[in-house]
Amino acid sequence: MNNEPIIEIRGLQKNFGSFTAVKDVSFTVNKGDVFGFLGPNGAGKSTTMRCMLSLIKPNAGQIHIFGKNLFEERNAILAKVGSIVEKPDFYKYLSALKNLEIFARISGAAVSQKTIYETLEFVGLSGREKDKVGGFSHGMRQRLGIAQTLLHQPELIILDEPTTGLDPQGIIEVRDLILRLKHEQNKTVILSSHQLAEIEHVANRMVIINKGQTIIEGSVSELMNAQETILAIELLNKGQQALEFLQGKFSAGKAVLISPKKLELTIERNLVPTLNASLVNAGFEVVALEPKRTLEDFFIQMTQS
Amino acid sequence: MLWKNTYNEFIKILAKPRSYIGLAALTLLICIILFAMKADGRMYISFVTASFEQTLSFNGNILNGNLIAFIVLQMLIVHIPLLVALVTGDLLSGEAAMGTLRMLLTKPISRSQVVLSKLIAAAVYTFILVIWMGFLALMVGRWVFGSGDLIVLNSDGLVILNDADVLWRYGLAFLVAYLALLTIATLSVAFSAFADNSIGPIVSTMAVIILFTIIGSLDVSVFDSVKPWLFTTHMASWRSFFNDPVPWSAIWESIWILLAHNILFVAIALIQFQRKDITS
Repeated sequence: MNNEPIIEIRGLQKNFGSFTAVKDVSFTVNKGDVFGFLGPNGAGKSTTMRCMLSLIKPNAGQIHIFGKNLFEERNAILAKVGSIVEKPDFYKYLSALKNLEIFARISGAAVSQKTIYETLEFVGLSGREKDKVGGFSHGMRQRLGIAQTLLHQPELIILDEPTTGLDPQGIIEVRDLILRLKHEQNKTVILSSHQLAEIEHVANRMVIINKGQTIIEGSVSELMNAQETILAIELLNKGQQALEFLQGKFSAGKAVLISPKKLELTIERNLVPTLNASLVNAGFEVVALEPKRTLEDFFIQMTQS
Repeated sequence: MLWKNTYNEFIKILAKPRSYIGLAALTLLICIILFAMKADGRMYISFVTASFEQTLSFNGNILNGNLIAFIVLQMLIVHIPLLVALVTGDLLSGEAAMGTLRMLLTKPISRSQVVLSKLIAAAVYTFILVIWMGFLALMVGRWVFGSGDLIVLNSDGLVILNDADVLWRYGLAFLVAYLALLTIATLSVAFSAFADNSIGPIVSTMAVIILFTIIGSLDVSVFDSVKPWLFTTHMASWRSFFNDPVPWSAIWESIWILLAHNILFVAIALIQFQRKDITS
């Protein structure tokens, strides 16, 4: 990861008639990022992603990808981008192999038959290449969609809701796939998702948009750590003593005893290790420390404020 | 990239069952006409020639392959536009409906190349339909009914064309008929650029053909200045090749008007598709 910007979006605006879908969206994705793109339904995520792929022309704003203006050097940029927007759709009357051959042919790179088979194997569709896509399950189409994005070895991968409609196993598979793309192939990935836990698991940076505007952008860990969290502390015993020990020590908030062995207090996430050390040094036997504040809480706070 | 995507278009057309509906329907219709003519053709011909028999004597094989091909062309040229629109009207809008247009346009291929590759595929498909119709009507017709002089009844009376003088006329007639059908193909692709569903452009194309044909056939002076410019007026100009002498100036006029319509429809398709937001 470094600070070389791959995508720079500034002041993006898109109107559909009198309706403003995107008002003022700006963010930067750096090389090697797995970048989470968050927002509630109707926030303008899909419109922004479609603008990034030149499917929709914005009314105002700048989109630079790989340092080039998207609307001046569209083809050169898209040759280095792989994407799924909303859901991957294929020619149902053709086989998986024929579909990939069609998209490979216009990908801007020379994609060999061997690469197509290897990519199918990478996404776990080996052996199904001759089957018609019409008979594929949603999960299989999703994986074929990811195969389609990878065929031409793109530097940037844009995934819009890649886990929508997948079962838990499928979600884990896609999550692993994204992590493999990052770690094994050093790809830059931008993904939007309603599965906020997914973003929390895989993304290192994120932006939250709401009502067509950027709310916050930054490193996931920094944004999360800068926020207060409710920490549930489970002890082997001495809950009351621990409560008295903690009062006033960590300034964020008052500790509350939930049960004889369990208490909660509000604390900044980056102070959790210090609190743990203090408890252990004071002779308390800590069974578990569980931050109850998740990205979901953060997301709700950001989008409702 | 244009030719790569054109190749893709051929793969898609070949794999789609609806592409074969036109060819199958043509084959079936021509076979029915050939069968009917074989079974009852003499009576059909005598009905046409009856009014001339007081002044003319008809000898030889009048019901021959050349006449059968002419009858087939007359009967089917009205219906083939529907078979053409069925495939070409779906080329852009069908992809929008399926969601594959979104996938296609995230690739490094320009929108004009996408439209042009589909137009090339539409032109080739239409050409194959015309060639197939020509083969069945003329070649199979000549094989089943034999060859002979062609007798054509037109508004000026009977035209009798020598057997040796017929084939070149058919060749050129098929080319002009192809140009007329190509106009239908480009019109439906232009409609297709506006729509996100398959059926709309097909219905719209047929609606325009029906509307223009009705305007063209109405004997009302208010439309007199419009009629020569409607492409439907020139759809049957292939028939002019079976006049003697051939009215070349009228044929060239039809060709230019049909070409102008083709250029107009292609331009509309290119401009509309270029500015279209892909929200499907």
